[in-house]
Amino acid sequence: MTQTATVKATKPKGIGGGTLGQALLVPALAVLSGLIIGAIFILAIGENVLTAYGALFRGSFGSLPALIEGIRVYFSTGENQALVRALYPFTESLVTATPYILTGLSVAVGFRCGLFNIGAEGQFFIGALCSAFVGYSIRGLPAFIHLPLAILGGALGGAVWGMIPGYLKARFGAHEVVNTIMMNWIAFRLSDWLLNGPMQASGFRPVTPNIQPTAELPRFFADPLRFNWGFVLALVMAYIVYWFLFKTTLGFEIRSVGANPDAARYAGMNIVKNFVFVMALAGGLAGMAGSAQVLGVDHWVGQGFAAGYGFDAIALALVGKSHPFGVVLAALLFGFLRSGATEMQSMAGIPIDIISIIQGLVIIFIAAPAIIRWIYRIPTIKTEETVLTRGWGS
Amino acid sequence: MTNVLELRGITKRFPGVLANDKVDITLREGKILALLGENGAGKTTLMNILYGLYKPDEGQIFVRGQEVDIQSPNDAIARGIGMVHQHFMLVPVMTVTENVMLGVEPTKNGVFLDHDKVADRIREISDQYGLEVDPHAYIKDLPVGIQQRVEIIKVLYRQADILILDEPTAVLTPQEVEGLFRILQTLIDKGKSIIFITHKLKEVMNAADDITVLRLGRIVGSIDPKDATPEILASMMVGRDVNLVVMKQPAKPGEDVLKVNDLYVRDERKNMTVNGVSFDVCKGEVLGVAGVQGNGQTELVYALTGLLPVESGEIYLSGTAIHNKSPRTILEHGVAHIPEDRQRHGLILSFPIYDNMMLCTYYEAPFAKGVSLQENVIQNNAETLVKQYDVRTPNIYVNASALSGGNQQKVIVAREFSRPIQLLIASQPTRGLDVGSIEYIHNQIIKKRDEGTGVLLVSSELDEILALSDRIAVMYKGQIMDVLDAKNANKDNLGLLMAGVHPSESTQKEERLP
Amino acid sequence: MTTTTTTPPVGHVIPISTRKSQTLYGFVLIGVGLLIFLLFGLDTEAGVTTTFGMNLVGSEAVTIPNIIVPSQATVFLMAAVAVFIGAFHLSRGIRSLGVVLGVIALTFIIAFLTWAAQDKSFNLTGMISSSFVRATPIALAALCGVVSERAGVINIGIEGIMLLSAQVAVVAATVTQNLWIGLLMAILAGALIAALHAFLVIRFKVDQIVSGVAINIVGAGTTSFISSRFLERATDTLNNSGTFPIIKIPLLSKIPVLGPTLFENNIIVYLMVFLVIALHLMLFRTPWGLRTRAVGEHPKAADTLGVNVHLVRYINVILGGMIAGIGGAYFTIGSVGRFDEIMTAGKGFIGLAAMIFGKWNPIGAFASSLIFGFADSLQVKLQILRVPIPSEFLLMAPYIVTMIILTGVVGRAIPPAADGQPYEK
Repeated sequence: MTQTATVKATKPKGIGGGTLGQALLVPALAVLSGLIIGAIFILAIGENVLTAYGALFRGSFGSLPALIEGIRVYFSTGENQALVRALYPFTESLVTATPYILTGLSVAVGFRCGLFNIGAEGQFFIGALCSAFVGYSIRGLPAFIHLPLAILGGALGGAVWGMIPGYLKARFGAHEVVNTIMMNWIAFRLSDWLLNGPMQASGFRPVTPNIQPTAELPRFFADPLRFNWGFVLALVMAYIVYWFLFKTTLGFEIRSVGANPDAARYAGMNIVKNFVFVMALAGGLAGMAGSAQVLGVDHWVGQGFAAGYGFDAIALALVGKSHPFGVVLAALLFGFLRSGATEMQSMAGIPIDIISIIQGLVIIFIAAPAIIRWIYRIPTIKTEETVLTRGWGS
Repeated sequence: MTNVLELRGITKRFPGVLANDKVDITLREGKILALLGENGAGKTTLMNILYGLYKPDEGQIFVRGQEVDIQSPNDAIARGIGMVHQHFMLVPVMTVTENVMLGVEPTKNGVFLDHDKVADRIREISDQYGLEVDPHAYIKDLPVGIQQRVEIIKVLYRQADILILDEPTAVLTPQEVEGLFRILQTLIDKGKSIIFITHKLKEVMNAADDITVLRLGRIVGSIDPKDATPEILASMMVGRDVNLVVMKQPAKPGEDVLKVNDLYVRDERKNMTVNGVSFDVCKGEVLGVAGVQGNGQTELVYALTGLLPVESGEIYLSGTAIHNKSPRTILEHGVAHIPEDRQRHGLILSFPIYDNMMLCTYYEAPFAKGVSLQENVIQNNAETLVKQYDVRTPNIYVNASALSGGNQQKVIVAREFSRPIQLLIASQPTRGLDVGSIEYIHNQIIKKRDEGTGVLLVSSELDEILALSDRIAVMYKGQIMDVLDAKNANKDNLGLLMAGVHPSESTQKEERLP
Repeated sequence: MTTTTTTPPVGHVIPISTRKSQTLYGFVLIGVGLLIFLLFGLDTEAGVTTTFGMNLVGSEAVTIPNIIVPSQATVFLMAAVAVFIGAFHLSRGIRSLGVVLGVIALTFIIAFLTWAAQDKSFNLTGMISSSFVRATPIALAALCGVVSERAGVINIGIEGIMLLSAQVAVVAATVTQNLWIGLLMAILAGALIAALHAFLVIRFKVDQIVSGVAINIVGAGTTSFISSRFLERATDTLNNSGTFPIIKIPLLSKIPVLGPTLFENNIIVYLMVFLVIALHLMLFRTPWGLRTRAVGEHPKAADTLGVNVHLVRYINVILGGMIAGIGGAYFTIGSVGRFDEIMTAGKGFIGLAAMIFGKWNPIGAFASSLIFGFADSLQVKLQILRVPIPSEFLLMAPYIVTMIILTGVVGRAIPPAADGQPYEK
């Protein structure tokens, strides 16, 4: 059994059996279709699509002439303000993408185990609150201890929040979709109480105090560029999740349980343990997203801090086909979209909620590749469809 | 004599498969036509076409000489064609009456269901054809034999005069099979015509007026039952001479490998389905567990493999208690398991073959170092096993779903046999397989026995039980009715036991029962 | 036959699981008794009374005397009852688990209310009637779930459907100055979105949960989009409809307690009650119901008998959408007369929990909606009483109750066998 390895000629490459191009085709077309329907919405409210999407693009990447001008000014005069302004949109998109990568991974890990984590939003919020608490309440620690501790605090908080529905699913068969949503609402109420009471900073606004500088994720540039090490943290986590899922025995178990829980049980795998563990992991990743946001970007937490991350994360995991690298690409895309949408709102007066609509449509298109194939007349490629969820899970 | 039904040149293609190739079939009025063929020969496809569930790519259907176009089951019903499916099409949580009236519901005041009218009609049909059944009973409470009657009543309620029965004997005891044949004779006497689909040679010769044999989607030929012998039919069915008996030496049983004491198990719905079972399996012997499906065999196997908790009683594997241990602990003690439902329990269809080849041992050396999977080792292992167990596959990277049923089963056998085991639990190991694969699996099981492994074979196919077993236990309502030496067992005494009857009741004492 | 059949005796051992549960619940009951004593008993002053108001201001019902009880004695009595029944259950065993759980809930709630309202007055009738009203959208969501899941289609997008139809209702009613048109448009909107869900899951076999989630996202996104783009700028012309008037049913509304609860409501509440009864009859006694249940349990069986599985599923999902549309209308034209972003606050999901707890029966779903309605209105009343529990925690109550119910500790339910599975021939 342990003879030397022979050369494998026929080994298929890429995500999910097909080639990389095939794997990306449907998600790309789904996003395109979402944008087209979004354009119809914009037309319907009587705005100019080109203006709107132009603002969206400038808001996400910045403009090339401004960049060139910024570089020229910087090198000729040493004055960096123009350059910073030109770089701002692009780095801000990466800042926006950071929590997306982590929450997207959270949902993707769940999918791989056949669990649907709609609770990333609550886990994100709880993670952020925990990180903020560790960040502002502990004083006098050196950064190399304080920062990891704050991140760990957020991850743990999220993990607990995810573990509860995971345990209820594993032990009682209670459906995680409903329970993670209930946990979201509980998290919102809990945060209302915390921000108006125990964790409120002095003053009237329901916000936490600022975290200590020792707990901050360092930024790469000076203000106003908020681009920070959180982005690197997210990329590293994506690689770790990839390695974990595809290269380790624990990941093999998770994927087996996700693909066929009956066969997994037959083969001696512990379904209960895997469900609880995966939901804790998913919650931990979402919690870490909250950490990255509070420690790297905002430095305090207020109400509505987590708005929308949970649903965005579902779209991300679906677009990324529940593959960590796919999730990173999808998160970058959504980061650019979201960040640009802010610009679109202020420049063209299009409410930012348009992005939610586009995301909902993208989810539908990705979940039903048949629609995309039908619209664009793509021949069917025989690949295994991932089973995402199953009934009420009893 | 007229032909009530003729199929001419029926062709049906599925992606990659030619399921029916220019099939011609004739059913004479008032006769029983047996459609014989092994699993996968295209019998069920053909009948589903006739019943309007599939549309043929080519070909014509004639009912009483008239060409008909059957688009849906409704069309078939309207032409007087009724079908009793292999897997019963009954809603378990509804009553007999509700199941019978579904689709043609009579109403009171045009709004509410008229149960009484239907129940009366069911009683009429019952009396007329000797199909006794309680119209108000729930399907889930009825034994399979009675459920089959409900299926036949459903067809008769819709006034069908051409009945198609798809593998109707698969779930019955030999005595129930005889009962079914008597019912079929009554139906013929009352002017019905019947197509009877089966892969069992012997019952065909008893019951049929005409025999037509199907192989790989084509008609091989028709034969008069008077001229048929099992050998002739078998070679028509398979296309070569078939060895109907498994060649094996007498067993050399050693010490006990499995010992079960007074075992009680509840199923997932918390019903006690194993009721005080005791038996043992020795090294180097095959203990067959016969019984009609649903008499506790599945739950017994689940309890033995740790998939269901044991309510009370003990299970010992070579002296070690394994009751209520986790599936993994039991696997590690050297128990191999060929599960009843290979696609649901035995394989992860969306995983490549090489992953399926190490599904139970992925965490152990040499497949893993610490938590890190050793891909080279895993793939080399799969390459070796694919060759050794003759799995027909383009390579080890294709998903298990791409394999045929027989090759999927070989993957499971390869995986389970390639690790050190002392007990093999094989549950319905050849269900739905073609003859070639059946022979292969049977030989592998006997080979394992001869190596000194204890084998527990659970099967509802009596032929399989009789061919492989050294001793035979018969399960009925969660208990073991008796354990017979294979030499003394035959279809008659096993069949009676399977129905809960002791062949020599007078000599048996009741003390065995709790 | 010369032989006789032997039927083996089944289940001669005492089932371990039952014994376990008896011990467990016995101790739980005693624990609840002690908890009542420690939490409420010790905190209740001697000599103080609690007044339970039995009359509602402005109601037509015949006035009856309020119930006045000594606070401390009542709380101690409840603690004693719980402990006594717990001990009885441990030693003798009570057959019905429902009775045991009922005792747990009842003693705890009575003791809690007596404690919370000590030295004050608590309007019990008001509480019951507001539970009923607050149960309405939950019950409608649950009925939507029942109708589509009985046919085998999971609809987790009820929340999104209700949100969209809530908005459609208020805008249509404000623009046309006609509440009925608002209701009609809400039903139509519900039907359309449900039709989209049906189309996706039946025609394109989209995962039913994913499609539902997408509907929720689009629902939340679209309503917020429209709200921030249009409604906020033109509240009076677009988002100010008024609400359906209360209809008092003559004579019946004069019955004490029941009158204000059942017979002084607006049309949507009456519609909900009508739907509960009608759907229950239809589901179990008409051909439509028989086909629906068959399609949800064993679609292939229905298909072989000529029942059009896909058609039944389309009809039921769309019918469910219409019911959810009424539920959505309740939020705006049935209660506050304007639309706020994300105003459904998870009621669609709570409705699903009510459906499961109600074992997929219309009447069961309604009964369990009442529990949620009770939890919901309790937190409002308690805030008024200034109970020393932060209001945020009281607001969590319905969500926590939902999670407890989903564990199935309180009566396990089995969904229709083909629930959530696409049908392929």
